Amino acid sequence: MNAHHLRRGALFLWTALLLAFIFAPIVSTIIFSFNADRFPSLPWAGFSVRWYEAVFADATILRGLINSLIVAGATAIVASFLGFAAAYVDYRYRFLGKVVYTALIALPPAVPVVILGIAMLTFEGRLGLSGTLTGVAVGHIVLAVPFAMALVRMRLADLDPDIERAAWNLGATPWAAVSGVVIPFCLPAILASIFLTAAVSFDEFMIAWFVSGVNETLPVRVLAMLQGQVSPKINAIGAIVFVVSMSLVVIAQVLIGNRADRSSKRT
Amino acid sequence: MAFWAIPPILWQFAFFVVPLGFLVAMTFWSVRSFRLTPDMTLANWMFILKAGFFRSAYIYTFKLALLTALIASLSAFPAAYTLAFRLQPRTRRFLIFMLVVPFFTSYPVRIYSTQIFFSPEGIINAMIAPLGLGPVSVLDTPTGTVVGYLVLTLPLVLLLQTFALMNTPRDLIEAAHNLGCGRFRTILTVIVPTARVGLVLAATFAFVLSFGDYVAPLYLGGSNPPTLSILIADQVKSGNNWPRASVVAVTMILTLIVVMTAMLALAYGGRKKGRG
Repeated sequence: MNAHHLRRGALFLWTALLLAFIFAPIVSTIIFSFNADRFPSLPWAGFSVRWYEAVFADATILRGLINSLIVAGATAIVASFLGFAAAYVDYRYRFLGKVVYTALIALPPAVPVVILGIAMLTFEGRLGLSGTLTGVAVGHIVLAVPFAMALVRMRLADLDPDIERAAWNLGATPWAAVSGVVIPFCLPAILASIFLTAAVSFDEFMIAWFVSGVNETLPVRVLAMLQGQVSPKINAIGAIVFVVSMSLVVIAQVLIGNRADRSSKRT
Repeated sequence: MAFWAIPPILWQFAFFVVPLGFLVAMTFWSVRSFRLTPDMTLANWMFILKAGFFRSAYIYTFKLALLTALIASLSAFPAAYTLAFRLQPRTRRFLIFMLVVPFFTSYPVRIYSTQIFFSPEGIINAMIAPLGLGPVSVLDTPTGTVVGYLVLTLPLVLLLQTFALMNTPRDLIEAAHNLGCGRFRTILTVIVPTARVGLVLAATFAFVLSFGDYVAPLYLGGSNPPTLSILIADQVKSGNNWPRASVVAVTMILTLIVVMTAMLALAYGGRKKGRG
């Protein structure tokens, strides 16, 4: 019995250590963003918001934040539309080469972003897109479409195909059936995908680093700051980014969660 | 159908397949008086594949990514086991939600925090000094790179392993226990084989992510020595030799295809034999 308790204790201790390793960088970023001292170390030098003031007084950081928000917004809208379309095609139709079709759309996250970055840079350079926010968004959409597709496809798995057929039989055009039945049913997933893809874009730094040129996004600015000296401003930016991304993810989660609740009540 | 089917595939074709194809084509181009010129030369391939710096970077990156996949898998397993079998469903759900958080927390910022933890005056050294240990210096060493790779991969590995273990049928485990199989033997002979697909998948992701990562080897490893992703970035940003950078990128893609194929074979291969 004693050995059993010992083993159990060791298991819990190891789990706690591992979780500490995973979460310590996040927690410390937030805590030390409020530390008055320049070097993030103990002892605690007192509560201060001076690093936040410094962040908001820094024009390059603000520019980066605005650029990131623009790119994230564009990515969210385009990627969610394309992701919905791909998910609907996968749900509705059977055709030759469908596996290749979906695989091709889903593949980009499997390619290292450093490679996507250089491929985008050289290719977009030819189109005159490199160095523009449009160029960054184009790359982020490629990366985000699979996530949007997955979210909507999971939702569509709960939609009985007969419901759309019933709409057709009642005289609805295919278009009316989609806009009147399928899209309303998928709305929570579509909204969730808007928030999730925005978060994916908002945190992406490698494609943006290659493509953005002088139009830095916020993560690219952070990478540049990392090259310099220790700057507690990075902690403040990290905390701000954390709050923005987590809000997006929590909203997405709530939207998906509602779906789960409803479908479990229905059955 | 065309209205829905064409836009997504067109987008991914135009901005994913074509750029990658362009990347492959560019490995055969040449740089003449600082200008990229379409060509059909093997010179870039010959240069890179024969270059000592490429070979050592390739071996180094591969070894470190493999080591990371191994460390991440082994260290996450006891925690995944705890999450899947030893915790209340409520706690488990909460922790799984928490484990999604790192994916949406700026990875460069997490690396920055880790850098400060391990700095000479950092928290780690401050904690172990009273124990008479240290100071440890992992910054700008391969160990630092692996620590960074673990920051990147551990959340995903732990999540995937937990899902894999949660899908193991409880009856199977109870049956093993009833038949007098010890806990440790149950893990090795029942749980690991049943959850094999998920466990291999987790290790594969760890390898793929670390193999391509740029931030950890640069900021925690001090690019000392450089990894393949650092070679790419250097060639592009300073050297401006895109064809050579493309060769490095294409060798990385080929490597990942081979590794993923091998891991899929490991995950799904010989299943019937295992069951019989």
